[in-house]
Amino acid sequence: MTSAPAVEVSALRKAYGHKKAVDGLDLVVEQGEILAVLGPNGAGKTTTVEILEGFRHRDAGDVRVLGEDPATAGRAWRSRLGVVLQTTNDLAEATVGELVHHFAQYYPDARDADEVIDAVGLREKVGTRSRQLSGGQRRRLDVALGIVGRPELVFLDEPTTGFDPQARRSFWDLIARLRDDGTTILLTTHYLEEAEHLADRVVVVNEGKVVAQGAPADLGGRTARQALVRWTAADGPHEERTDTPTAVVQRLAQTYGEVPALQVLRPTLEDVYLALIGRTSGDADQDAATETTEDAR
Amino acid sequence: MSTTTPAQQRVSATGPLPGTLRLGLARTRYEVRGFFRERDAVIFIFAYPVIMLAIFATVFGQDGNSIDFGDSSVPFAQYFLPGMIATGVMLSSFQNLAIAIAVERDEGGLKRLRATPLPAASYFVGKIGQVLVSCVLQVTILLLVAALAFDVPMPDSSAAWATFAWVLLLGTATGAVCGVAFSSVPRSGRSASAVVTPIVLVLQFISGVFFQFDQLPSWMQQVASVFPLKWMAQGMRSVFLPDEAAALEVSGTWQHGAIAAVLLAWLVVGLVLGARWFRWRRRDDG
Repeated sequence: MTSAPAVEVSALRKAYGHKKAVDGLDLVVEQGEILAVLGPNGAGKTTTVEILEGFRHRDAGDVRVLGEDPATAGRAWRSRLGVVLQTTNDLAEATVGELVHHFAQYYPDARDADEVIDAVGLREKVGTRSRQLSGGQRRRLDVALGIVGRPELVFLDEPTTGFDPQARRSFWDLIARLRDDGTTILLTTHYLEEAEHLADRVVVVNEGKVVAQGAPADLGGRTARQALVRWTAADGPHEERTDTPTAVVQRLAQTYGEVPALQVLRPTLEDVYLALIGRTSGDADQDAATETTEDAR
Repeated sequence: MSTTTPAQQRVSATGPLPGTLRLGLARTRYEVRGFFRERDAVIFIFAYPVIMLAIFATVFGQDGNSIDFGDSSVPFAQYFLPGMIATGVMLSSFQNLAIAIAVERDEGGLKRLRATPLPAASYFVGKIGQVLVSCVLQVTILLLVAALAFDVPMPDSSAAWATFAWVLLLGTATGAVCGVAFSSVPRSGRSASAVVTPIVLVLQFISGVFFQFDQLPSWMQQVASVFPLKWMAQGMRSVFLPDEAAALEVSGTWQHGAIAAVLLAWLVVGLVLGARWFRWRRRDDG
């Protein structure tokens, strides 16, 4: 028996004035999977997610989230949803413990607030006001408030922006545990590494459309995944794209013995991603550069 | 790569959604606690009317000066107390909510709540509850200071206290509702107090909070008569001043009917505008 997808979107459109933010986007999120949505700033990620969350109205297209239309769904639907927005600085004067316990009251079948506090690793901060938390702790609090209602589907919007590597690792563990509990997760991120580590599937969005999707290891298709063998011969550097790098290296070894300056390169997800958005957008490199700067802040 | 595990199908027979009123009370507790932790705002809202009462009663009341009408007179402290109560109510309700909600919206707090199953009504019950708690506390402090430090006599008739109660409650409700509506006016949380405070100040000056209302220019009296503060102050004067002091009013009477009518009208205006203008998201957030 197959269960209905958690999210189904077809031919979604949304324009702001003349600018088409979302332009015929199709998307399916299966129950129990972690789907990462990647794309440059302005690609339509946030608009799409906010339509799914019920914050924005679409111009056209079909949207089903947990079987309902977010534009008209009510409280019962919201109680099955967890939303972790991009970084905010609200709730400053309340403590971690107060907030998690308070938000738990909103839901018909909430998780135990103390268990949630333990799960996100904020036990030691339970009496700390949220304004005094570090960036990583603050994000953990956001997640705690997003999952305390025992949601079936969680939206995570750029959850680890500004994290140090260690904080990011332990945040990933937290998300992986959520998935193990059967929670469906839709994640938007700028970090390819994050998508690669967490996601069952990746969707790349550019100019309001899905330009590629698949498991992180398959994204971009066979050609984009070909290995690159580089070496330097007497007449200068050579390179060869191939599905069988071992055979190529073997051949080279027979020719040269020790192959001069031999390199076998596998494209990273980042290479594939940049190629994908570069293919559909002339200034994608610039966008990617902008994102990198923003992430660095 | 992990395979997509079929979601462990939760026995998804979730219980009933928590009641709107129950959540409203939970919000009230949360809001009151949050309000008292914003120490700067609390001190300003609570201390301002008390300090103003002390200054005005002391400055104008030097050498035993008092406000005369007909054959009798009242000390300045007694004359100014009603205006300070009205001001306190406006600070606790209108100014407090107009700024707090604008900031909450700007910081993303409202959007966060919108993503939960919390009913909008519960959110507003929480705000109104917090305003009521701080209004009652504020007025209590003012009355205590007035009675103990300035020997202002408290009313001794139950009719006066009944007037006190309805003017206080209606004024608080009107101020709160208008504050919710006005919270959509400032463009950002940071500009909120810069937009709201001058309006509150001007209203205080033209509504007879700091001056004897009947001595203001008549055009100013007419402008003030459009807004609720003047009427709230007049209602409170009818409680704390002797009946003969009605002679000091522009119309020569306390005009309880007009007070109720103007406050109710603003209550309705605030409700309508609040419902039309209220947004959970920032203006620049689509």
